[in-house]
Amino acid sequence: MLDVVFLLHSFILGSLDHTTFLYFERRQKQCSVSLPTESMKAMAESVGVGQLQEESCAALSEEVSYRIKEIAQDALKFMRHGKRRKLTTNDIDNALKLKNVEPLYGFQSQEFIPFRFASGGGRELYFYEEKEVDLSDIINTPLPRVPLDVSLKAHWLSIEGVQPSIPENPPPAPKEQQKVESTEPLKVVKPGQEEEGTIQGKSQGATPADGKGKDKGLIRLKPRSTHELSVEQQLYYKEITEACVGSCEAKRAEALQSIATDPGLYQMLPRFSTFISEGVRVNVVQNNLALLIYLMRMVKALMDNPTLYLEKYLHELIPAVVTCIVSKQLCLRPDVDNHWALRDFAARLMAQSCKTFSTTTNNIQSRITKTFTKSWLDDKTQWTTRYGCIAGLAELGPDVIKTLILPRLTVEGARIKAVMEGPVVSNIDKIGADHVQSLLLKHCASVIAKIRPQPDNMEQYRTDYGYLGPMLCSHVMKARTQAALQAQQVNRTTLTITQPRPTLTVSQSGLSGSAGSRTPSIIKVPSSLTLMTPRPGTPSQPSPPATKYIVMATSAGASSTQQYEFTSVSFATSTLQPLVKLESGSGPGLTSSRPMQKYIVVSLPSSASSSLETKSSVLPTSISTTPLEAAMKLDRSESPGASTQSPH
Amino acid sequence: MAAVQGGLADTNEEKDIKTEPSSDGFGNNNANDGRVLSTSPGSSASAGINKSATGAPEDQQTLLAVLQFLRKNKLTESVEILRREAGLPEDSPELKGSDSSGAGSGGAAGSGDKEGGDASSLLSRVTISSSANLATTVTSSVTAAGEDQPDVNVVLSAYNQQGDPPLYQVYYSGLKKFIESVLDCHRAELSQLFYPLFVHMYLELVYNNHESEAKAFFEKFSGDQECYYEDDLRVLSSLSKREHMRGNETLMDFRTSKFVLRISRDSYQLLKRHLQERQNNQIWNIIQEHLYIDIFDGMPRSKGQIDAMSGSLAGEGKREANKAKVYYGLLKEPEIELPLDDEDEEAENEEGKPKKKKPKKDSMGSKSKKQDPNAPSQTRIPLPELKDSDKLDKIMYMKEATKRIRLGPDNLPSICFYSFLNAYQGLTAVDFTDDSSLIAGGFADSTVRVWSVTPKKLRKVKSAADLNLIDKESDDVLERIMDEKTASESKILYGHSGPVYGISFSPDRNYLLSSSEDGTVRLWSLQTFTCLVGYKGHNYPVWDTHFSPHGYYFVSGGHDRVARLWATDHYQPLRMFSGHLADVTCTRFHPNSNYVATGSSDRTIRLWDVLNGNCVRIFTGHKGPIHALAFSPNGKFLASGATDGRVLLWDIGHGLMIGELKGHTDTIYSLRFSRDGEILASGSMDNTVRLWDAMKAFDDLETDDFTAATGHVHLQDNSQELLLGTYMSKSTPVIHLHFTRRNLLLATGAYNP
Repeated sequence: MLDVVFLLHSFILGSLDHTTFLYFERRQKQCSVSLPTESMKAMAESVGVGQLQEESCAALSEEVSYRIKEIAQDALKFMRHGKRRKLTTNDIDNALKLKNVEPLYGFQSQEFIPFRFASGGGRELYFYEEKEVDLSDIINTPLPRVPLDVSLKAHWLSIEGVQPSIPENPPPAPKEQQKVESTEPLKVVKPGQEEEGTIQGKSQGATPADGKGKDKGLIRLKPRSTHELSVEQQLYYKEITEACVGSCEAKRAEALQSIATDPGLYQMLPRFSTFISEGVRVNVVQNNLALLIYLMRMVKALMDNPTLYLEKYLHELIPAVVTCIVSKQLCLRPDVDNHWALRDFAARLMAQSCKTFSTTTNNIQSRITKTFTKSWLDDKTQWTTRYGCIAGLAELGPDVIKTLILPRLTVEGARIKAVMEGPVVSNIDKIGADHVQSLLLKHCASVIAKIRPQPDNMEQYRTDYGYLGPMLCSHVMKARTQAALQAQQVNRTTLTITQPRPTLTVSQSGLSGSAGSRTPSIIKVPSSLTLMTPRPGTPSQPSPPATKYIVMATSAGASSTQQYEFTSVSFATSTLQPLVKLESGSGPGLTSSRPMQKYIVVSLPSSASSSLETKSSVLPTSISTTPLEAAMKLDRSESPGASTQSPH
Repeated sequence: MAAVQGGLADTNEEKDIKTEPSSDGFGNNNANDGRVLSTSPGSSASAGINKSATGAPEDQQTLLAVLQFLRKNKLTESVEILRREAGLPEDSPELKGSDSSGAGSGGAAGSGDKEGGDASSLLSRVTISSSANLATTVTSSVTAAGEDQPDVNVVLSAYNQQGDPPLYQVYYSGLKKFIESVLDCHRAELSQLFYPLFVHMYLELVYNNHESEAKAFFEKFSGDQECYYEDDLRVLSSLSKREHMRGNETLMDFRTSKFVLRISRDSYQLLKRHLQERQNNQIWNIIQEHLYIDIFDGMPRSKGQIDAMSGSLAGEGKREANKAKVYYGLLKEPEIELPLDDEDEEAENEEGKPKKKKPKKDSMGSKSKKQDPNAPSQTRIPLPELKDSDKLDKIMYMKEATKRIRLGPDNLPSICFYSFLNAYQGLTAVDFTDDSSLIAGGFADSTVRVWSVTPKKLRKVKSAADLNLIDKESDDVLERIMDEKTASESKILYGHSGPVYGISFSPDRNYLLSSSEDGTVRLWSLQTFTCLVGYKGHNYPVWDTHFSPHGYYFVSGGHDRVARLWATDHYQPLRMFSGHLADVTCTRFHPNSNYVATGSSDRTIRLWDVLNGNCVRIFTGHKGPIHALAFSPNGKFLASGATDGRVLLWDIGHGLMIGELKGHTDTIYSLRFSRDGEILASGSMDNTVRLWDAMKAFDDLETDDFTAATGHVHLQDNSQELLLGTYMSKSTPVIHLHFTRRNLLLATGAYNP
């Protein structure tokens, strides 16, 4: 028994580590928990005591468990006085000190777990991992940054009883609360009490509604939510909306940044939502492409804001976004203006909102998919709408492409062929068909590359996919080689590949107007290699005919040196809308061994011949009690309606 | 036979119970032994003879017992003879007698015998067989206890076995059944018995090594206990062996203090009749030995009333404990009226301002001239003389007071939040100076940091050599002694060797106190930014310290369960306030400096008289360790906040709970009344600051019919009406609050991203 006493102390120390305490913390509710006797044996072995009798083990484990609990209870005191919610190793050290026990050293670092686990041969083993450390490595590593010193910062938590919405304060209504308010709006309210509603975020004194309770019984009412804006908020709203649709790009960027990050926008959300939906409705009729793009960027910014609970306003936002995807006409000159970029962008937004907001109850994704498919299947649908539907579907992911787009490639190919090779009906159709073709190739190639077995036979493709077959084949092959290259690179080196984002700076001489300078999303490659931007970029306003572009791009090879090539192309024709295209080997993850990259700036010829009469494809969204349902109905009726109006 | 006596015996025994509180756990122990002796056949002497056969150590003890017996009966010659025979030194009996456990000892032996006589009437009902059983167990427990530390021994020896272990469950469930069957009005009162009985029965089982029975007992009945005892039950559950009992603080608390219950006479009679009918001596013994039943005449209390007051480690405070007179009034403002006006005029003339504030000041002066009948006399405790600088500060204070905003439900204060950024080392304590110019933070990395929150930077005094060079006659000598080179916005004070848990500025802003895990309280000079004194006395972590509002004195409390009163110029404490059964977690001075309030982990608040060190109030009702205390500015009320997230309001004069403010969801670390006492602000771990209508809470009470005599409070649940505002911070626990002299609320906390 002597050794038992002798062992006790070391056992307590030995069994004290993070995991033990976590174990006890978690189990505290249960009454009697003690360490298993196997642990005792293991620990005895670790200090060189061989056979320990079962009884001594049991006695020890009880004793050790009790002592550990005692220490944990003391440690809790230190935690409370340290004004923390988390028990730290320092608290345990202090608790040990209370008991005149030497504290444990080395547990301060955050990720310190002293022993590792290994098993094999039917034995489980815990061992101390003792790595050999090369001193020179330690000496040569650069010192970590000096932590910042403690500092004081003052802000107003409340001004005469009202909490200002500033970034230092939490959002007035946290997301959970917004959610509760929108998902469970029905509260039991006594008749006569509904006037009070719920005052958000703040309880206001007594409720003087006691005497009003008539014997009518309880009625479930939706409390009226109030969105009163202070003067400051009204000013802010005005500034933001003006900047978002104004002409100054710098201001717009700032405004969008504010929408995307500001925590106090909850009160303004209904206003923003109406602003966007009304804006889209008006500007679709007027074919004001620029404003539509701005509004979509606002939607994007709202979606990026982590403090907003958008679910309540989807009935306004989704129709607006869908309109921008599938509307027959979005701009005054469909042959010149790049409304395709807007459609792409809006499609990505749609996909993003499907991903974030779709649930089993609202079924956004399936309803959207149905809407798109339905109008795509219609023969009379215009190329523009067709393009939108396909883009919308394609952005929903490879599964959707596989099940919905691939089976229709043959049909679509025939349709394209009819336009491309048949008698020239209209230039607009041709452009449309061309865009649809490249869109299909872009999205399908990668999916086919994954699901189709290796030998890529041109003829086989033709039989499978019809007109688009051969082109698909070449795309798929390209995709395969790139994938292989990528894999090779990954295999060869384990260094993390830091990829400088390709920046595209378009400086414009001559006329003013803002050309895209944010992300290369309006960049499109005609029919060779297509790059997909990893995240929805922001389309920029198509500029009036410009004269000169200087395209600068960075390349990122395996080597860290960067080459720049400047190409300047001048566009003489004022009627043609130039499109900037980038072919780059340095697309995300596609780094090839080519040292140099070529940037081709091409202009697409197109003639203005479209004068299609379009009705606004956004139907007014009325305020309804079941917003989503209504909105979705509108969506569905919208596209087919638009397609029937087609003159073809 | 006692069972037959019925009503007559009742009154007798009530008296017993009432007299018993005078004897502490120690005397209690003797009483028990006395009873044991008297139940064994024959006289006490024969019992001693029986015992003398058990061996050498017992021999000694028996001898001592005999000696005492003789001395008590004034048989001095026999004492002398026996002592000579045994070879015992002259003065050893007292010492050893008090140490030894088995035999009766000290002056309490007499009362033990007397009580033994009364108790025998009860205990005579014990069957012969069990009493025979008893004799053997007594001796065995004595030998076993002999190995223990003496003090623990004394405490534990009362746990000798008096019944069959498996029967404990039967006893307990029998009582449970009875209490559940009584009338509703009595049930709530009698239910109070469950918890202490449960604890003591469990401990008896554990002490007597009936481990499995103890475990079964615990598992069966622990679920029935009130939820606020959960923490203690957790401690109990881990205690399953007799060896564990040694050195376990919680256990000692249960033993050294009697659990206090307040029960109406009717309910008590019911209980007693039941126990007598059932001959349930086991439970009766526990009630007599370990509980103190405070019997009152009148209506039994409701469940709500009981729940409001219970929850502390040792039951409710006794009614007598809160009867002492407390001078809660404020001290008369010191006689600075005349100099005040003079200086004020001077100051104003210097500044070239018109004298428009004068009439107001007069009114304030006249207010302070009135002597509050509840105030202590000015010289009750010696207070430091006011210095010129203090007077200047008072003038500043009054000036600011005239600009003070009157707060109320319609006029809420603005809150300025000072966030500590990058406080990775852990912010553990904060204090503001009264004029809100400095802020000090104590950190878990043992440092104390002082910031200036005004544009005025912190400067040190020049070194001694440099000071010699100054022209001491110049007018701005105070300015000249400062070293401009050291000016900075913050200063760090190094000295502690553990986390700094308490921090307090002196009223004159010259000193700063900090208390730490290392067991010391340090006094820092804010002129030189060095440590002046380290006060050593607490051997364990010092959780809190607070300067008296008049300076000079300060109080500290810590893990050693003692609060100490110090004066800055004494390195030893002036008073020790001991009585808490667990850590003293927070300390506060009354505005008149005559009293000190302490909150503790035993879930009680005690008010101590600085003059004589007596405990004058015990407030129970919190269900968790108390972490925040605040006196109202008029000195009449006390607010307390605990880990249970509730704020309780107390009337000091009557010793009553007068309000409960529910709303916080986590530990309350800070409480503060506005300068005029209209608003109570509470800051909590749940990242909120809440404002409460203190005026309304106190007014509502005054319209109530005061039930001071019984001490039974009817608390209405009006927290929601009293809550004026909730302000959420961004993941920043609020650990300190402070009202500026103009009633702007300052809050602080460390930002925890």
